[in-house]
Amino acid sequence: MHTAAGVEACLPIRSDMDLVWVRQHVRQAAARLGFGLVEQTKLVTAASELARNTLVHGGGGQMEARHVSSGATQGLRLAFSDEGPGIADLDQALSDGYTSGGGLGMGLSGARRLVHEFDIESTPGAGTTVRVTCWAAQPPRPREEV
Amino acid sequence: MPEHEADGQLATPTHEVRDFLHRRREQIAQRWADEPLFRTVFTVSRDEAVEAGKVVVDALAQVADSDQVEDPDAAGFSEVREQLSRMGAARSRAGLSNTQVSSELAALRPPVENLLAADLEQAPPEHLRACSTTLTVLMGTLRLVAMQSALSEWQALSDRQRMQLLEVATPVIRLWDGIVAVPLIGTLDSARSQVVMETLLNAVVDQHARFAILDITGVPTVDSLVAQHLMKTVAAARLMGAQCIVSGIRPAIAQTIVHLGLDLDVITRASLADALGYALHELGADIVNPGAGQR
Repeated sequence: MHTAAGVEACLPIRSDMDLVWVRQHVRQAAARLGFGLVEQTKLVTAASELARNTLVHGGGGQMEARHVSSGATQGLRLAFSDEGPGIADLDQALSDGYTSGGGLGMGLSGARRLVHEFDIESTPGAGTTVRVTCWAAQPPRPREEV
Repeated sequence: MPEHEADGQLATPTHEVRDFLHRRREQIAQRWADEPLFRTVFTVSRDEAVEAGKVVVDALAQVADSDQVEDPDAAGFSEVREQLSRMGAARSRAGLSNTQVSSELAALRPPVENLLAADLEQAPPEHLRACSTTLTVLMGTLRLVAMQSALSEWQALSDRQRMQLLEVATPVIRLWDGIVAVPLIGTLDSARSQVVMETLLNAVVDQHARFAILDITGVPTVDSLVAQHLMKTVAAARLMGAQCIVSGIRPAIAQTIVHLGLDLDVITRASLADALGYALHELGADIVNPGAGQR
């Protein structure tokens, strides 16, 4: 596995300003890995939701970005971790419309629908880590002329 | 020849450095005047640079006198803090990065050290080493003070810019009798969205608007919080009798909103032109394209 330059990073999530930086970094990294505009926008939106969760519910944390590849397909894996109160009921937290913080309650469940792989680990009292992976969609192969 | 050697008693390194700074004030300032930091900031005359250098040397001597060589908050530095931040700001305005300014500050140390070594040639090596270490620490603290002042300067600048951005970003445009539009640009964090809501609601009242168009062409990311802010603005406008239209929804944003599962309970249009056309139609003012003859 080779690494694309400038994609690997660990960004702090401590304030609203950091959210802007997270979004910009994810957008640039995804563009560099050849993501299409729609995939870029989806991943950036998911990152924005998850980073805000880390900030608002987890009390701050960090995001790690890693370049992954499977065969010829390039992907971006993001891990958001905090050491906040954790989530007691994951099923409830992942359901549409459930909120503990006055939001719309679509952040976590919506982010899951925006990415290809989604994995959440949470220990009440010890923190939460959310890992998401998005793959750059392969352009359809041109039909071979017979 | 330093006077302490006459009575065989060595001064403490800190006081040795202080005496050295007093003694070599002129020479140090002269050498600094040739360094890039002083040379490029004080361009009017060399004397000006030398005078500025002397002020810094005096401050260092005062700090050494009070035995606070490691303390960036030492009283001695207060005299030069403003001058140092001015110098740092001038260099960064000239396009230098923090690191470059910092290394220019570091370049002030070797000339002073060479002078010290020449001065204490006759002193015991360990005494010279101790004095040299003290001087290094003192110069390091000076660098810290200068960077601190420069950073607070940058911080103030970025705060000012943020305030400017807050003001600039929300013009309300009157498109037609009873139709106003707000082109939203950039990140809709809570401070910005509050300003948007206020200016829009004021415009609705002032201009007796029946339609308010929120154009999000310039908003790069629409996540659930941005959507929530939009919906609150729309609901508030609706309470005042104005109908809101959200326009400028690009294909990628539209797909994202669908996947996210957001229900934008508002009339939306792909472009500002479509939104204006809709509003005009609702007001009963249809646009007729003269080129196409009768509609």
